[in-house]
Amino acid sequence: MSIQYYIILCLTLFSIGVVGVLTRRNAIIVFMCIELMLNAVNLLLVAFSKMYHGAALQSAANTTVGIDAQIFVFFIMVVAAAEVSVGLAIIVMMYRNTHSVDINFLNRLKN
Amino acid sequence: MKIIIGFIVLWPLVGFLLNGLGRNIWSKKTIATQATGYIFASFVFSLIAFWNVQEQGAMTMHYFDFIKTSTVKIPFDFRVDALSSLFLLVITGVGTLIHLYSSAYMHEETAPHYARYFAYLNLFIFSMLLLVLGDNYVIMFIGWEGVGLCSYLLIGYWFTNTTYNNAAKKAFIMNRIGDLGFLLAIFWLIVKLGTVSYGEVLNAESLAKLSSTDITAITLLLFVGAMGKSAQIPLYTWLPDAMAGPTPVSALIHAATMVTAGIYMITRTNIFYTHSEIAQTVVAIIGISTALLAATIAIKQNDIKKVLAYSTVSQLGYMFLGLGVGAYSGAVFHVITHAFFKALLFLAAGSVIHAMHHEQDIRKMGGLKSKLPITHLTFLIGCIAIAGVPPFSGFFSKDEILAAAYAKNPIYWFLGLIGAAMTAFYMFRLYATTFLGQFRGTEAQASHLHESPVSMTIPLMILAVLSAVGGAMGVPEILGGHHWLGHHLSSIIGAEQALHLSHTTEWILMGTSVAIALVALLIAIGKYSKQADGEPQTALGKFLYNKWLVDELYEKAIIQPLNRFAGFLKEVVEKNVIDGVVNGTGKLVQYGARQTRLMQSGQVGYYILFMVLSIVLLFLIWFNDLAITRFFHNLIQ
Repeated sequence: MSIQYYIILCLTLFSIGVVGVLTRRNAIIVFMCIELMLNAVNLLLVAFSKMYHGAALQSAANTTVGIDAQIFVFFIMVVAAAEVSVGLAIIVMMYRNTHSVDINFLNRLKN
Repeated sequence: MKIIIGFIVLWPLVGFLLNGLGRNIWSKKTIATQATGYIFASFVFSLIAFWNVQEQGAMTMHYFDFIKTSTVKIPFDFRVDALSSLFLLVITGVGTLIHLYSSAYMHEETAPHYARYFAYLNLFIFSMLLLVLGDNYVIMFIGWEGVGLCSYLLIGYWFTNTTYNNAAKKAFIMNRIGDLGFLLAIFWLIVKLGTVSYGEVLNAESLAKLSSTDITAITLLLFVGAMGKSAQIPLYTWLPDAMAGPTPVSALIHAATMVTAGIYMITRTNIFYTHSEIAQTVVAIIGISTALLAATIAIKQNDIKKVLAYSTVSQLGYMFLGLGVGAYSGAVFHVITHAFFKALLFLAAGSVIHAMHHEQDIRKMGGLKSKLPITHLTFLIGCIAIAGVPPFSGFFSKDEILAAAYAKNPIYWFLGLIGAAMTAFYMFRLYATTFLGQFRGTEAQASHLHESPVSMTIPLMILAVLSAVGGAMGVPEILGGHHWLGHHLSSIIGAEQALHLSHTTEWILMGTSVAIALVALLIAIGKYSKQADGEPQTALGKFLYNKWLVDELYEKAIIQPLNRFAGFLKEVVEKNVIDGVVNGTGKLVQYGARQTRLMQSGQVGYYILFMVLSIVLLFLIWFNDLAITRFFHNLIQ
């Protein structure tokens, strides 16, 4: 399958994530949108990795060219998992204190 | 020898540093002894240098490289030759006498000011020696600026008096105008020849490299420098005002040494002047005009120092006439004799002022002959010398210049003769009003009249002897001499125009000038020995009394327009344009800050929006950049 499809899919997912972060006020949805953006990037990394690796295999068997991006993806997933635990904890704390998950409520930090 | 020459210059510097830094430590006696002693040491070393030049000829001493670039090399060299060794003797010799005189003249000052005075005076001698010893125009320029600075400091020595301060500033600014000309001439030389050393500039090869325009421009620019320093039209007005300084300063700086720096410079460069007919004519015309203008003003002045000041301007005019007609050794001769008799006249005038308790108006003097016998006699000798009566020194030097002027163009000679008559007239008007007739001062002054102390009369007597016999160094051949000075300077002066005058003509010229001087002298004594000049009555008298209204003319034509222009800049340009730009910048920043502050609303969503938009913008720019780069890349290929 051509790489363009992956790029367009990733762009769409990423844009949905950005728009969601910008427009939604519910902290959980914002959080989900951030995850969406991360995974759009992950998808793109895997797609490019497959493309380069496949091209490298044509000329030499047993090559490792292009697979490093896939290792990156694992790193990102690990970091995202850690981030989810911290982020959800913050949201839970926020809800306990304010009985709301509206992020605009946090603008009290301004002063 | 290198060390001896170095110390000629260093002694006054040592004196300056000791007196300047220790002005609160030393007693007045120590200060005066130190200052005079160091100058005397310089004099002794100068004598050694002079004999050495007599024995072995000119010498150039290299000390270090002052400026060194790939294209221009300006070494710090000293040159002792026939010309500079003569000037060394005059500067340190007359300088020693004037330091000695000052030690008594300035006795009323407190010790720190006394030390300040001597420190300035020593610094002046240091700069002047640098000026004459330097082996290139840049070293000369350093000394040139140094003497200008010391002149400023000493004119404004009594700094609590605003008039004196203004006189000091006037001298400094007038000199700056001239200095600019000198500086431009140096630049011109560097551009065209790449060197400023006398040895490399003043020879036939470099003359061949320069076009006649170059030579004329360089000589005229140098002359502009000389105009400022040596008080020639149109930059002479500072010199009479410079009399605000203490009288010994007037004698040393504004009569004997500094003002002759211009003559020294032109004599040094004589090979160039000889090759530029235009420059020679300009020098001669400016010289004779200055001589006549200053002489007419001197006739009507009543301040004893002002008369001498205008007389100095007039005599400097004679020297420039001499330079202009090619009588370089005659001009140097006049510099030397003038240094003797004008220093003498100033110091004697100082002695009179001292006795009269700072009264300078000759209308309030009179009859001082019996009260101040030594001062009277020495002043009279000075007057006779400057009037050009043989066998006193002024006669020989002035006659040499006049004879050369006649050989060049009889009109110069005739005008010079009129000037000589006026010189004799105003000098003896000054002498008669001051020393003859009845005393016209107050009772208190009359009871205080006294002859000055020994340390003031000794310099007077030495200078009187020198004024009387100084002419011996340049007795012309028709009077049985062999003109030692002319032979002495022959190595410096490339091509002195030989005089083509028959002996009869020379006798006639000499006789005429002596006769006319004697007549003017007798008229002046007859007219002024009984009474002083009253207020000027005639229009001409008032015009001369007011100094040809030159100061007023400068005020109207230059200073006021400049002030108005400065006022325009201050009121209009400064307030509207410059302040507008400065305040506008501030206002713009303030306005921008007020507006952009609103962006910081505290809504996290907006922050993220701005972040995303900025990233998108950066990407757009980056891609655009790539596109543009690719576009140019393609274009080149």
